Amino acid sequence: MLKKKKSPSGVDTVENAQQEPDKEQPWKELGLKEDEYQSIREILGRRPTSSELAMYSVMWSEHCSYKSSKIYLRQFGEKVTDEMKKHLMVGMGENAGVVDIGEGLAVTFKVESHNHPSYIEPFQGAATGVGGIVRDILSMGARPVAVMDQLRFGAPQDPDTARVVHGVVDGISFYGNCLGLPNIGGETVFDKVYQGNPLVNALSIGSLKHEDLKLAKATNAGDLVILFGARTGADGIGGVSVLASETFGDEGPTKRPAVQVGDPFAEKVLIECCLELFQAGVVAGIQDLGGAGISCATSELASNGNMGMRVQLKSVLLRDESLTPEEILMSESQERMCAIVPKKHLKDFEKIVNKWEVEYSVLGEVINEDRLYIDWGHEEIVNVPPRTVAHDGPVYDRPVEYPKYQDALNADSSSKLKRAENSTEIATQLMELISSPNHADKSWITAQYDKYVMGNTALAMPDDGGMIRISEETGLGVALATDANGKYCYLDPYEGARQALAEAYRNVAVTGAVPRAVTNCLNFGSPENPEVMWQFKQATAGLADGCQELGIPVTGGNVSFYNQTGDTAIYPTPVVGVLGVIDDVARRIPSGWQDDGNNIYLLGTTYDELDGSAWAKDLHDHLGGRPPKVDLKKEKELADLLHGAAMQGLIEAAHDISEGGLGIAILEASLRFNVGARLWLTELMERDNLDLTAAMFSESQARVIVSVGREDDVKFQALCEARGVPVLRIGVTDKENQAVDIQGVAKLELEGIRGAWVGVLAGLY
Amino acid sequence: MRIGVITYPGTLDDRDAERAIRLAGGTPVPLWHADDDLKKVDAVVLPGGFSYGDYLRCGAIAAKAPATKEVIKKAQQGLPVLGICNGFQVLVESHLLPGGLIRNEHQHFICRDQKLKVENNQTAWTNLFEKDEEITIPLKNGEGGYIATQDTLKMLEEENRVVFRYLEINPNGSMNDIAGLTNERGNVVGLMPHPEHAVEPGFGPDTPVATRSGIDGLKFFQSALKALVNS
Repeated sequence: MLKKKKSPSGVDTVENAQQEPDKEQPWKELGLKEDEYQSIREILGRRPTSSELAMYSVMWSEHCSYKSSKIYLRQFGEKVTDEMKKHLMVGMGENAGVVDIGEGLAVTFKVESHNHPSYIEPFQGAATGVGGIVRDILSMGARPVAVMDQLRFGAPQDPDTARVVHGVVDGISFYGNCLGLPNIGGETVFDKVYQGNPLVNALSIGSLKHEDLKLAKATNAGDLVILFGARTGADGIGGVSVLASETFGDEGPTKRPAVQVGDPFAEKVLIECCLELFQAGVVAGIQDLGGAGISCATSELASNGNMGMRVQLKSVLLRDESLTPEEILMSESQERMCAIVPKKHLKDFEKIVNKWEVEYSVLGEVINEDRLYIDWGHEEIVNVPPRTVAHDGPVYDRPVEYPKYQDALNADSSSKLKRAENSTEIATQLMELISSPNHADKSWITAQYDKYVMGNTALAMPDDGGMIRISEETGLGVALATDANGKYCYLDPYEGARQALAEAYRNVAVTGAVPRAVTNCLNFGSPENPEVMWQFKQATAGLADGCQELGIPVTGGNVSFYNQTGDTAIYPTPVVGVLGVIDDVARRIPSGWQDDGNNIYLLGTTYDELDGSAWAKDLHDHLGGRPPKVDLKKEKELADLLHGAAMQGLIEAAHDISEGGLGIAILEASLRFNVGARLWLTELMERDNLDLTAAMFSESQARVIVSVGREDDVKFQALCEARGVPVLRIGVTDKENQAVDIQGVAKLELEGIRGAWVGVLAGLY
Repeated sequence: MRIGVITYPGTLDDRDAERAIRLAGGTPVPLWHADDDLKKVDAVVLPGGFSYGDYLRCGAIAAKAPATKEVIKKAQQGLPVLGICNGFQVLVESHLLPGGLIRNEHQHFICRDQKLKVENNQTAWTNLFEKDEEITIPLKNGEGGYIATQDTLKMLEEENRVVFRYLEINPNGSMNDIAGLTNERGNVVGLMPHPEHAVEPGFGPDTPVATRSGIDGLKFFQSALKALVNS
């Protein structure tokens, strides 16, 4: 019989685990379910050590393992054709998807959530959200070239909203500006449903040459595992404090901040350092450290390469020497990367990191064995098959239930709302909408972000999509837009998700680019609520079907569950990002008119669709009925037309019609360059059989307004007819009259509109 | 003509400054903060960014870098030096220009297309502008509020050393609306706004003619090339 031996350092070793199989372990406090704990015991054939338990608990968390969403996310990979995969270099499952854009160049892009940290500590939560997504992009071998952010806040007047708005905007501004990445767009929406669950999604995009692509893989035995960047500290440790206090007595600090703290300067240096390492060809594989820290990086690198690893945890450079091994494994300290470096390149690696004054330490090496061994000094504290930690976590098919409220919600149409009786009332409503926080000028936020750095920004807010030049030689570039309408998704998650896709697709098309790929960030309530799971099931199906119909693949994304306070979940908010490619960014189209006397055309058909609209919600506090119908065939025809017209240089300006309808779109296109317009709506009302309220505020999809120079009218109309896109001249641009003159409604002075539109957010915050 | 651009850790607009020099017809030469060899350049640009994170007073550490020390020495002998944003802060911290730069009055970072008035067209970096010319270039800073003692302000005004003044809006609370300064000799110029972001049609500020077509910043770099040819 073996003699019981106490570990000299007091840590829980593999040997201990074998000798004390029945020791109570805090699996519940770490968020594991009993059957999950049992399956860890089965995998290992013994109880896990406390370090192993720490690793499994973070890697099997919803955040890292996608255990509730996996069965639905599969369809993004299944509902694809070979044609859709044509430009896809790296699909889902890697740090970020990679898309071929031609000329030997590629881009990688992804959107991720940082919702919960941003509510607890808005500044650091939002800042590290930007930092995390940028490292994902970097780890693909790409230079990050831009960021965007998708924000949802609570009711504008709620005092707590100000706390969150200030913190989040300051955090994004602080981190993104200091990293030197242009912020080229995003979304800001206010709704009381997000009061206790604000959404902070961050998107980043990077560019690379095809041959520079890097993957998070360790494939060669003997290669070194090197951790570099910031030191590991006690930040970002949530559950482990429980572990520490329950299992390890009173040594060391017990209260750990659960939100990470960002240092954008360290990340900027890390970016330049990594790019130089990539250039020198000294890195065989690379992984950023984000959620689950070293646990994630080591197990994923090994598992992805079908190899193993032997790691000495005492080699990790620490900010706080009192950290326990479990804490080191779980720490989410920012600005760290893990590289796989062939031994022969170690000297070159050291030279480059030393130049950038970046600290590093060799943790161990890759081994040709299906095992991840982690030692603490001379003691073995982890001995697991890497795949069981990284990829073979639990998968749940959670109960799904059609919501009890759904039928009543859909029956409660906006048709009962009283419509304006005269033009004065319509004009008042239009002014009320343009000065409401959801439609007012967002420059109080966007002016806090650097949009110029790098010198390649071709379009940024307030245009519909952001656009970045990738090749300075040829002008080849990409456009990006993101959208999600939570109200529509609440009314119908399937149709709402398709609408988010349609709108982002359209917003890319209006810039003159050709949509090519999709990313998403799926923000939902608790997966343990069957009604939320139904929303999730519907939304993912809608998005996957929509992508298949449009012929553009999902390249990656992120799921954020548990966005709910008590029993109240947020509106399902699947943020969809669409990436487009444009041969020459010089052909881009802005969202407002600038020349005098150009014709203004409305493309597409308007239906009486006011359910879920800004008119219903913001003016009448009503949300019910059915969201506007999405017809992706029409969206595709419209996008093709816009691209054709852009190629021929026929369009001066193009603006998507979405929330607030045609009325808001006209005002925005006029405010863009402070050039007015004269408009008439009678023909539209007659053609599409609408009353004035529907003509002004309907949110029918597949619609865009464009301005076209008179000399190009014939060509443009012929193009529309040839492609079967409904076209109607509804006005002319007017530089002389500083007004938007809508015949039969009102003549609104630009100065008056601007006065109502600017300063709203500054006034609130 | 070879114009050096120094990269400190945390510098962001170095590649933009190099592009601007190229578009103006010069040859950009990358310089490294830790290296006191200025590679025989004919002029130097200290670009924008957050050198060393700017966690101390902005530009304070960069002012002590080996490359900066060399720049200070050469600037005193007449080398044309342009400090943009963080570069302006470095020039102030190096005492090549007087005064200081503090947190914007409204406490926020601000990025906007900024109108400026050219007050002095006799410097190495502004000789192609008309006096009192109005130009628009991007501004983006968090700590751009210019401050100085009353005596210093008086001296700057009397000696015509205010090169640029903010027009229409003072975006950061700078005293006397000061956006940029020069030294006594006129070879060193520092300003908060970013001329290197207004050098290429399509990527600059909006103009009344077309979206993002402003290139008022190009003349800064062309001026330096002209000054070098004439010297």
